[in-house]
Amino acid sequence: MESVGSIILYCVVALSMIIFSVLAVTTRKILRAATYLLFTLFAAAVVYFMLDYEFLGAVQIAVYAGGIVVLFVFSILLTSRPGDNSERLTSRSKVLGLIGALAMLGVSGWALLGRCADFAKLPEMKYVTMDAIGTALMGTGENQYLLPFEAVSVLLLACIIGGVVIARKR
Amino acid sequence: MESTLPILILAIPLAMFLILGIAGCKMSHKLAAALGIAGMGTTLVLSYITALTYFFAPEFTGADGLREQLTVFNWEWLAFTKNLVISLGFFLDPISAMMLIVITTISFMVHLYSLGYMEGERGFQRYYAFLSLFSFSMLGLVVATNIFQMYIFWELVGASSYLLIGFYYRLHSAVAASKKAFIVTRFADLGFLIGILVLSYYTQTFDFVKMTSDPSWVLESTGGATFMGASVLTWALVLIFTGGMGKSAMMPLHIWLPDAMEGPTPVSALIHAATMVVAGVFLVARMFPVYMLEGSATMIIVVVGALTAFYAAMVACAQIDIKRILAFSTISQIAFMMVALGVASAGHGEVSHHGLGYMASMFHLFTHAMFKALLFLGAGALIHAVHSNNYTAMGGLRKYMPITHWTFLIGCLAIAGIPPFSGFFSKDEILAACYAWSPYIGVWMSMVAALTAFYMFRMYYLIFWWNEPHYHHAPHDAPVSMSIPLIFLAAVSCVAGFIPFGHFVTWNRMPYDIHIELPVAISSVVIALVAIAIARHMYIKENPLPAKMKAALPRLWDWCHHRFYWDELYQFITHRIIFNGICRPLAWFDRHIIDGTMDSFATVTNKASDAIRPLQSGQVQMYVWYYLIGALLLAGVTAVCVL
Amino acid sequence: MEFTAIYYLIPALIMFCAGVYGFITRKNMIAMLISLELMLNAVDINFVVFNRFLFPEAMEGMFFTLFAIAIAAAETALAIAIIINIYRSNKSVDVRTLNEMKF
Repeated sequence: MESVGSIILYCVVALSMIIFSVLAVTTRKILRAATYLLFTLFAAAVVYFMLDYEFLGAVQIAVYAGGIVVLFVFSILLTSRPGDNSERLTSRSKVLGLIGALAMLGVSGWALLGRCADFAKLPEMKYVTMDAIGTALMGTGENQYLLPFEAVSVLLLACIIGGVVIARKR
Repeated sequence: MESTLPILILAIPLAMFLILGIAGCKMSHKLAAALGIAGMGTTLVLSYITALTYFFAPEFTGADGLREQLTVFNWEWLAFTKNLVISLGFFLDPISAMMLIVITTISFMVHLYSLGYMEGERGFQRYYAFLSLFSFSMLGLVVATNIFQMYIFWELVGASSYLLIGFYYRLHSAVAASKKAFIVTRFADLGFLIGILVLSYYTQTFDFVKMTSDPSWVLESTGGATFMGASVLTWALVLIFTGGMGKSAMMPLHIWLPDAMEGPTPVSALIHAATMVVAGVFLVARMFPVYMLEGSATMIIVVVGALTAFYAAMVACAQIDIKRILAFSTISQIAFMMVALGVASAGHGEVSHHGLGYMASMFHLFTHAMFKALLFLGAGALIHAVHSNNYTAMGGLRKYMPITHWTFLIGCLAIAGIPPFSGFFSKDEILAACYAWSPYIGVWMSMVAALTAFYMFRMYYLIFWWNEPHYHHAPHDAPVSMSIPLIFLAAVSCVAGFIPFGHFVTWNRMPYDIHIELPVAISSVVIALVAIAIARHMYIKENPLPAKMKAALPRLWDWCHHRFYWDELYQFITHRIIFNGICRPLAWFDRHIIDGTMDSFATVTNKASDAIRPLQSGQVQMYVWYYLIGALLLAGVTAVCVL
Repeated sequence: MEFTAIYYLIPALIMFCAGVYGFITRKNMIAMLISLELMLNAVDINFVVFNRFLFPEAMEGMFFTLFAIAIAAAETALAIAIIINIYRSNKSVDVRTLNEMKF
């Protein structure tokens, strides 16, 4: 039996995740969509915290909320004038999109809920320490991730160069 | 015999054609003409050397007096089976040697004459190139060692004739005439080809020597096979004769020759009077020993020839265009040769006349080539002078153009059969052969001979006497380059009759002496003189007599003038019956059924690709849609199958 | 009340479907990119949840998410660079105007 606090926290997180994600895709003001995305990302970070992955939660906040959303905001400010609304969706495309999304939700949700009973409760886990994460990232042995780490670093470098090349004025 | 000269005889005109055809447009007119004339002159000399060597050198006459048949060279070209081989070679026997002389002489004269006649014409170099091509093809035709080589060159002369008739390709009538000539002879050549195939299928050979040296073997090899009541051999020979009918303008395939006069006049002299049109006669003569075996085939030749001779003579009496008159006269004279070949078959007449018709036919071919070329070249000079083809624009020209007048008169006398001009001797032999075969055919041909004399002198008097129309500028004789051939050919026409032709060309290559059959000769001369007298009476000066006669027999005049409506009949058959009845439905079927099927394939493909084209829109959201639908379907299938 | 994995998976699923809906219907390229981020996040959550509930002693899911976040950052940066470039030449970020394969 969970504590009341954690239940409330869960409810808040789950609801905000659902509501803000839906709002992010339905609002007609693009800057608001970015803001709702930010809230959704925060909610996801909270989920990571609740599942005892503090480091991951911190990365989520730092990279997503701190980096990506800022990028979004910048690009939105660059590409749209204040007061610009995206045009109203035609009802046909809205209905079709809704049908597609709901069908997907139905199928997957049905598959998930059908196995409701199979899910166990949260097992015990010792905290994932920074020590362990650092060792795993920098090691070359089994379950250690130096190669992907370096690959991602190269990818980021390429991304920086690519961004500069693409966005540069001709 | 060395094969160098014969090869050169064929190679020089071909080389001239290539040189003039490829580089001609870069040359000046003078250079092109000089090249053409020099090439033809060389060929002329070589051909004379070859032919005279063959006729006079003793080594080509056997101990029994028989002339040898000489295959100078024979290259194997296509081998279908061991026996059925197509070769290309050079064959020398009396008729091909004679033809070498005829072709090169006339061709050289025409080359020379064209220098003046075609002066300044557009396409002058092209003209000489085509003349060389024609000379090459015609020489190749007469020296063919086998019937297939002959067929190849046969088509080549047809093609060069087509090119030369359509020389003035800006004139609609010339284009139409060349097309007509090509199509009509093509139909005839189809018969020729089928005949060749039938004959070679049974005999397993194309070779002339093999076929003609032992004709009874040909008869045996067909094995008595029959088709529709006639033996296969008859069919083959008649079909081959059909090819000859087309080329030699026998009825009913004669319609192209009068129209072929749209070409330049020297071309008419060379191709459509002297050489190419006698190819049919030459073909029959070449196959003569085989034809001799088949009474029914020779019978057809005689009938066709006799009808054509009479028909063409009738039509020639009522034409206005002098070239047309000469064209019909040519048809008539070639028909004479055909009849002579037909009546030369074995088993008729006295033994001394055995094969007389063959010799007569070849003799007439020779003399006719000379005097008809002379007449055509004379007509060319007249046309050159008055710029019209019609005798209505001429008259009284004897004062203005003496050379043309005298040479033309010699030509007319020769064709009318007045001694001592060459036509008398050859025509007399033909008539003698006809009388020997059957008196009826003899009388018939005598009548045609009378008509010949009449229409030739009708034309002569209308051109050179009659009354004188008003000329804008006085006509005068043609330049030297045109007069020399006229004078030369006139001289030949005067003396050619005294050549002891029987010593050179006979059907079995055994020389024999020609003797004039006095009754036949005297009667034909008298008939000709009477016909000339009538013509003189009617046309020597302007008088109403011809108009009266025309008014008295309007129907006859109409029919003759319109060539017995043969062209209209062909028009009717082709346009009304064949085009409407056969071609239109076929075209409809082709357009709607065959094309329709293909088109519908294309249309369906087009429609289908149009329908699926939007799938590849490049809109990434559409791709997500497809992905989503696919994923959902997969999930659905999984759900149905697994659960 | 026990929190089993389903309690985390359902909100993640709804988030994913919202992303799908947005990606399909929105015409603004930045909005589409936002929808894409939503979907990515939903998947990230799934990785973490399964790692935590099924294999608590391992860290593969977490690391996968970690790298996914890094790559998502790179991808977003590039995509936005492209979008800004398109905006420069087209004066629009509407995806429907991109029907020519050339600039």
